[in-house]
Formats: sequence, C-alpha cells, structure tokens
Amino acid sequence: MKNNNLLSVEGLKVKFNSHPIVDDVSFDVIRDSTLAIIGPNGAGKTVLFRAILGLIPYKGKVTWAPGAKIGYVPQKLFVAKDFPLTVSEFLHFKEKEHKKIHQILNSVGFKDVGESHLHNDVRVLKTKLGALSGGELQRVLIAYALLGKPNVLLFDEPTSGVDVSAEETIYSLINKLKAEKDLTIIFISHELQVVYKYADSVLCLNKEKICFGPPREVVDKESLTRLYGEDVSLYQHHEH
Amino acid sequence: MNTDFIFLIFIGALAGAASGYLGSYMVLKRMSLVGDALSHVALPGMAIALTLSINPMLGALVALFIAILGIWYLEEKSEIYPEALVGIFFTASLAIGILITPEPELLEALFGDIEKVTRVDGILVIMAAILIFFVTRAISKKLTVGIISEDLAKSGGINVSKINLIYLLMVGLVIALGVKFLGTLLTGALVIVPAAAAKNVARSIGEFQFLAALAGLASTGLGIVLAKMLGFPSGPTVVLVAIFFFILSFLFKGKDY
Repeated sequence: MKNNNLLSVEGLKVKFNSHPIVDDVSFDVIRDSTLAIIGPNGAGKTVLFRAILGLIPYKGKVTWAPGAKIGYVPQKLFVAKDFPLTVSEFLHFKEKEHKKIHQILNSVGFKDVGESHLHNDVRVLKTKLGALSGGELQRVLIAYALLGKPNVLLFDEPTSGVDVSAEETIYSLINKLKAEKDLTIIFISHELQVVYKYADSVLCLNKEKICFGPPREVVDKESLTRLYGEDVSLYQHHEH
Repeated sequence: MNTDFIFLIFIGALAGAASGYLGSYMVLKRMSLVGDALSHVALPGMAIALTLSINPMLGALVALFIAILGIWYLEEKSEIYPEALVGIFFTASLAIGILITPEPELLEALFGDIEKVTRVDGILVIMAAILIFFVTRAISKKLTVGIISEDLAKSGGINVSKINLIYLLMVGLVIALGVKFLGTLLTGALVIVPAAAAKNVARSIGEFQFLAALAGLASTGLGIVLAKMLGFPSGPTVVLVAIFFFILSFLFKGKDY
C-alpha cells in the first residue's frame, strides 16, 4: 500500500449463491480525494460498498490505512412511518451535546426556524425518521455519519426518492464539507454530470472493472458502451 | 388489604413494567407474534421442573433460554424469518407441555395463580427486574440502530448479533417472571399489548419506552386488584386491562404523521 493511499482494494470478488456479483476488482483511493463509482443497475456498486465495509464475506484484499475512520451513508433506510424515533433522538445516539447536533444539522442544510428567537432550533429535530422526505432523510444520514468525525465518507446515492434540486444540494454540500476538513469521499452515483463535477477519479463497474482513473480521461464512448450498452445518450462531455 | 397483597401488587406491577419496556423493542423488531407465543415454551420446562421437584420458574427459564437461542440462531442465519417453523415449534411445546404437566398443577401452569407467589419468588422478580432495566438501558442505542439498519449499525462497529442475543435473553427472563402471575398461555401478551398501546400515542422513542413500561405496570397492578375484588383469575383480568389500554390508545392515536 502506497503512503498516501487511504484504501487499497486488490482482486475483490463477491459471490451470491455462486453467482459472481463483483469480479476481480482492484483500485486505490488516495487520501483526501473523491472517487465516484458508476455503473448500471445491478452492476454490484452497493455490494462493493458493503464488501469494503466488511458487512459481507468476500475474497481478495481490502486494506484501509491505519487511522481511517469511516462514515457510511446507506442508500436507503426502511423506516416505517410510525417508527417512534425522532431525528433528535437518532442523532443523540452519536453525540451528547445538543449544540453540536444543531451545528451539524445546519451544516447539512437544515435552516433554523425563526432566527430572531432566543431558542432558535431546527424544525426537523422532533420529526420522526420515517416521516422525513427522501432528501431530508439523506441529509440526516449524512449528519449521523459526520457526527462520528470520519475522515472518509462512503455515500451510496439513492436512485429514487430524492428530487433533482435536493440532489444538487447534497453534492454541493459534500463538496463544501470536503473543502472544510480532511475528508476522503467515495460515492456511488447514477448521474454522469455529478461525476464530472465533483470526482477526482471514477471507477466504472459492471461486475468487473471497466475503467478507472480521472473522469475526463477514462470515461469515453467505448467504456460507456461497455458499461451501459449501446445507448450512450447519458454521455455528456463538458469541455472546458 | 394486607401487606402481603400490597407486596403482590408491587412485584406484579414491577414484572409488568419490565415486560412493557422490553416489549417496546419486540414491537419495533416486528417480532410481536414471536414474543407472544414464546411463553408457550415455558410449559414443558415447568412440567419437567415439577416432576423433579425444582422451582417451576427455573424450569421455565431454562426452557425459554433454549428457545431464545433457537430464535436468535434463525434471526441471524436466515434472510426471511421462518414464521411457520417458529409457530410449529411453539405449539408443539405447548402440546407436549400439556401432556407431561402433572394434572393438579396444569391449571396453575396454564393460567397462573398469584396466590401461589411466594416471598422468594417476589425477591427473584425484584432482582430480575433491576437486571432487565439496567442491561436493556445499556444496550438500548445499539439495539435501536440495529433495528433501523443492520448495515448502519455494523459499519459503526456495533456487534448486532451479540446485542440481539443479550436482548432476547432478557425477553426470556421477563417471560419466566410473568409465568407465575399470568401462566404460560397469557404471559406473552404482557410483552406485546402494553408496547403496542404505547406505540399508538408515542411521539418519540423515549416516550414510547416510558409509556410501554407504564402501561405494563398499570395493567398488572390494576388487573391484580380488579381480579381480587371481582373474584376473577388474575391472568385473564390483567390481559384484558392491558387490552382496554390498547383500545383507549387506539382511539387517541394521533393522525399527524
């Protein structure tokens, strides 16, 4: 493992019932960089995440740099609407001080209600987790991950449930957080535009590694065809 | 009302509170039916203890712990909960239990008899209830995160499997406590009904747990008093009081979510 690598993955293989889901994938993640993982539905992106987090059995080598502190934002949580857990209680699982929770909620884009009040606070605190909108839940999950003071954030982008404008805020937010502190980000995305805009490198995955490197160098017509099939209308190269 | 009866109400209410508190997680884990039927397993354990002249509560505890290990194993190893299998196992235990329980003790084992609760039983209930509250309190956060998302819990370094086992063992303990009061047929109801009632009105998890314990406490305390006044058996009376609370909570159920 090289010195400035935060994560090194070598020959990673995951099988479910003898079907290969992730096949012989290797890549490195440099400290303080942003890596995007793209690929069609069922390409094994979330499975790859769960493997490098050690949540499922795998073959191959996954090495985190010593001192790597991981924050994980899962794609979805199936919380019933009437599950009686408020945002405040959920975040208090990770942090005792209310002030810090307030700060983190502000930083993930929840605004205070009534700024002139002495007791200004975030509206969402008393809302049940299951009653949040998709975008709100994502931001609460990011807040939860950040309260653990991670230096690497694994973010699994939801395919649905978040509208475009909210999605935009989540990425600009992640970018802002990255600028503020030493933070390595690995995210799964379905939007090529987002990848071009925010990622330093990209891993194209369709069971096996299709391409890996800086987006503008490795994402081309050929790799996209291998990734998504003949329909490459998604492909939009932004020229500088 | 003599002091013995007050002591009885006190330990009954304590066992009820512990059941309600633990039951809150059972409801969140969507294991209500398991929690309810689990008490049937106590019967063969009690029968064996009776034939060996050991305290039947101990026999119930051993049988429940064995069943808990089985449920825990199934919970860990299978993606889909094998409900039918669990149902078959529980009813089989009940059938075997009825066959092997000595005739004179059968009614008491099935429906409970608070007249037979001794001082020693009472002290056991107090100690076990204290243990249950402390242990469950200590694992509460981890248990809840594990219920929301196992991945989230595990990625945060929580040993979900261990936490689940500790929790289920506490459930086994609380059911063993209730057996003396309510009998093996109805004790499980005390784990589920107060918690289900609390869930209808709770606005947060703190409130949920508090109300579940309170509903368990009130159902048992009130049920024992009512049973004595009306000359009813205590088991069904306690369960019906709990169900009355459930109906009440259902009527007050907030529609704001």
